[in-house]
Amino acid sequence: MPEGALVGERRITYDARGLAEPFADVPKVSEIDGTHARFDAQDLTTRTINLELRWLVYEMGMTEVEIDNPGSKHSLGVGILTRCKITFNGSLGYFGCGLIDGPEVHITGRVGWSACENMMSGVVVVDGNAGSLTGAALRGGDLVVKGRVGARSGVDQKGGTLITLGSAGSMTGFMMQRGRIIIGGDVGPGLGDSMYDGTIYVAGKVKSLGIDCVPGEWTDVDTELIERKFRIYGLGSPPEFQKFVCGKVLYNYDTLEPSERKLVL
Amino acid sequence: MCGIAGIIYRDGAQHPIGDEMTRMLQSMKHRGPDSTGYALYGNGENGDLVMRYKLADANTPRDFDFTDRLRRHRTEVESRLASLGARIGEVDEETPYAFRVSFEYGGDLKLLADFVEDIPDAEVLSLGRTLEIVKDLGDAETVHEQYGLSSFRGTHAIGHVRMATESEVDIAGAHPYWAYPYSDVAVVHNGQLTNYFMWRRRLERAGRRFMSECDSEIIAVYLAQEMSEGATLEEAMHKSLDELDGVFTYIAVTKDELGVAKDELAAKPLVLYESDDLVAIASEEIAIRAILEREIDTYDPYEREVLVWQR
Repeated sequence: MPEGALVGERRITYDARGLAEPFADVPKVSEIDGTHARFDAQDLTTRTINLELRWLVYEMGMTEVEIDNPGSKHSLGVGILTRCKITFNGSLGYFGCGLIDGPEVHITGRVGWSACENMMSGVVVVDGNAGSLTGAALRGGDLVVKGRVGARSGVDQKGGTLITLGSAGSMTGFMMQRGRIIIGGDVGPGLGDSMYDGTIYVAGKVKSLGIDCVPGEWTDVDTELIERKFRIYGLGSPPEFQKFVCGKVLYNYDTLEPSERKLVL
Repeated sequence: MCGIAGIIYRDGAQHPIGDEMTRMLQSMKHRGPDSTGYALYGNGENGDLVMRYKLADANTPRDFDFTDRLRRHRTEVESRLASLGARIGEVDEETPYAFRVSFEYGGDLKLLADFVEDIPDAEVLSLGRTLEIVKDLGDAETVHEQYGLSSFRGTHAIGHVRMATESEVDIAGAHPYWAYPYSDVAVVHNGQLTNYFMWRRRLERAGRRFMSECDSEIIAVYLAQEMSEGATLEEAMHKSLDELDGVFTYIAVTKDELGVAKDELAAKPLVLYESDDLVAIASEEIAIRAILEREIDTYDPYEREVLVWQR
């Protein structure tokens, strides 16, 4: 551990390249009660918070962890690949809960950019707002934001469901490939631009559709999905939604090899 | 990448904005370790103009004549101010190459700035009755200590940490930029402007001067041009969204206002906290939490938003 990078110290230290805290030890400051653990992150750094969390769920076998005062620090709760319950009592910064596979996470504050990027499975519920790129490259699970989300949310989404009760910014669902985006409020310009597949539901106004994003035909399956998600997460009665899908004219959606295509053309 | 921050108090009282902006910028050091800059708005209580200027860069090669040359040029600055009728009050040597001078003056500010900058290596960093721009190489704590900002109290401030991409690591390339020759206006920016050269040629033909090769300087000079033609800060910022190309989020300040603008892609981050007491904005929420150690409700402004607050 370099000089100055003391465990528990709030000040972040940097190595010669400007990278924060290259070395740290598990602080082991949690109060443990059976399979429930709780610790205060106020005076911990990003790295020591994550080390503590991983120690609790992987080595101590905790199934429920509460983290107080996360203080909008970045990259908290990333890479948790096991089923457990995690509660952040406060807000997270950028890249919160990225690359997770399995946990059930509750964030009582807000999250910054790129929350739950590349999430594989599990559930994340955010009580406040979320920044841009929320659920980027989401592959599975449910990400529920009770406030609003920023621009390019659901970009490159490959599965799972992103729900926001508030509005969404520009280029939401940009290059989306699979999965569902459910927007309870208005959405900015370029909705679903260059999407390959997947479904976007919008209850409010759409400023403009992106390239190859078109209105879709509403079916009973859509009604069942929306009602189920709202019921599971206690979001009240769902409003009336419009459905948008890929028009499938932008990209080549046939399965021809280049040599076969020459024959056809 | 770069990081930007701003804070404006709504009660009109003096607050420790030198310390607060330092805490905000230091928490975003990872966004830009090359240089750090501040535009601080003090009380301007005696009505004097304050000019911050430099006569060399922090990394200017120290040749045998360096110290003597600085002394000669500094004397020349004060001599030229006096020749224009300025009554010089205090002169502070903040570093061997950066100075702060206060003076009484009722004449043309453009003439004064041009006359000072006619001296070799001289650059006016800021000129106004409340605005003071401080910028240098290194992180916020380094610049804060170097320039003694702990005693600076005021109503509002903006700041910038720079990761140099398109121009040199030097003070000229550091933000904030003063909106020469418009007094008390400054800008910090995160992003890239793709029609920089077109606007630079256009504004140079209109008589504006540029002191760096940094694209961000365009915004300050552009706003100065618009405001000198009668636009309000908010009007000029709205117009900039149509006339400046690229991806950008910038903060502009006048002696009474602080405004933020985001381009149509909203590609550069900004987090906003607003209360009855103050407005704080930053590239990352962690910077706001550096001065407000409680849970706060924040959000990201959307594309093409221009928001302006009064102090």
